[in-house]
Amino acid sequence: MDQQTELLKTALYDLHVELGAKMVPFAGYDMPVQYPLGVKGEHLHTRAKAGLFDVSHMGQVRLTGENRVAELEKLVPGDIAILKPGRTRYSAFTQDDGTILDDLMITNAGDSLFLVINAACKDDDIVHMRANLGDGVSLEEIDDRALLALQGPDAAKVLARFAPAVADLKFMSFAEIEIAGSPCFVTRSGYTGEDGYEISVPNADAEALARKLLAEEEVEAIGLGARDSLRLEAGLCLYGNDIDTTTTPVEGDLNWIINKRRREEGGFKGSDVILDQLANGADRKRVGIKPEGKAPAREHTQILNTDGEEIGEITSGGFGPTVDGPIAMGYVAIEFSKPGTKVDLMVRGKARPAEVVELPFAPHRYFRG
Amino acid sequence: MTKKFSQEHEWIELEDGVATVGITDYAQQSLGDIVYVELPEVGKKLTKDGDAAVVESVKAASDVYAPLDGEIVEINEELDANPGLVNEAPEAEGWFFKMTLSDESQLDELMDEAAYKEFVEGL
Repeated sequence: MDQQTELLKTALYDLHVELGAKMVPFAGYDMPVQYPLGVKGEHLHTRAKAGLFDVSHMGQVRLTGENRVAELEKLVPGDIAILKPGRTRYSAFTQDDGTILDDLMITNAGDSLFLVINAACKDDDIVHMRANLGDGVSLEEIDDRALLALQGPDAAKVLARFAPAVADLKFMSFAEIEIAGSPCFVTRSGYTGEDGYEISVPNADAEALARKLLAEEEVEAIGLGARDSLRLEAGLCLYGNDIDTTTTPVEGDLNWIINKRRREEGGFKGSDVILDQLANGADRKRVGIKPEGKAPAREHTQILNTDGEEIGEITSGGFGPTVDGPIAMGYVAIEFSKPGTKVDLMVRGKARPAEVVELPFAPHRYFRG
Repeated sequence: MTKKFSQEHEWIELEDGVATVGITDYAQQSLGDIVYVELPEVGKKLTKDGDAAVVESVKAASDVYAPLDGEIVEINEELDANPGLVNEAPEAEGWFFKMTLSDESQLDELMDEAAYKEFVEGL
């Protein structure tokens, strides 16, 4: 990103500064990486009680028009037609070569599809959709709404104090609910592995809502640093690290996003490549990796087999405060992808033992009703 | 006893010919929660401004440079079990290593406490 370009600010910028956040550039926005509580404290607080995240840098898009479902299905491998009103699905925009342009959330909001896309991919995604969605679909960028995430075991209890209806929502469900007098789009979802909500709120009401939530004793403000360690412990992909335009959904261990009907019918970008990999296997796979010692292995760390041959690379790696040790994800050649496989990680020129493990590192605690 | 500071935010304290080295309070505050410290082996020869140790926070790894030429004579084994000591007491129990100095006159090139304080305020 051009250093000269002025960073964008979310509706909560002044609040972040007031709370003492350390602000950093992220995807063109000036965002809080941590507050005075610190990354580790924020991470542990979210798993113990509830954390409030500003994720307004992410893109919110509405698709309307009679062909919206069929046209969107040309760009994603998910079964969108089967998605009932008020239901949300994780998916990905695939490209002709089978690789991933972005991952996203798709909600059937009744009269429209509501999409949440990554901040760094927002512009590309919109160009991609405008170029590829055919007649009978209109795309509207929603830029007058902030996006807050309230995550953690106390999230439901806290949010229900302002809007009792949120208690009834199940994981990956959506409703338009008034919260503290503001018309919000609420999804019971998130990216921490915890129960919680993502709340799309008009920019004008965002700061007031954030202040109300932060005034609840269970809630602390959480920055991007802890958001990253939480999602890594939950085994969730960070676009740009763990999945990108060099990886397919099959390589990324995201077979579950390719729904049954789409496997039979194809008809999405890259479906020939992706369905062939589904049938015949891919050469490599994303796996969890647990270093045996205490040294974290960061992204781009080489992964070796026990004979010293390179078999892959770490794509996300760091320290998991809940696990209380180093954790990582990366790609390995398929013959080394079985949990329990011993590997070595080259950290600062030294081979250090590690093991391929099942994801997630911290169990998911979603509310499935 | 002389305590000096480097521009790389290390402190060094000389006592009876052995220098104790760690990172400053300013350094630990900017790094955040420290989760791992990789220390050099005893006997390792250090060159001023060369790599000496690595300190890792939840987010990132940062190099710690040798403030002076010399040789490692002791490392703080406590940091392996409790790296958070660096956050809690960076200029006391959170020390990194002890070294002999090849040339004590190099100490003169480092800042004293007042100069370091001014240096940090100017950042």
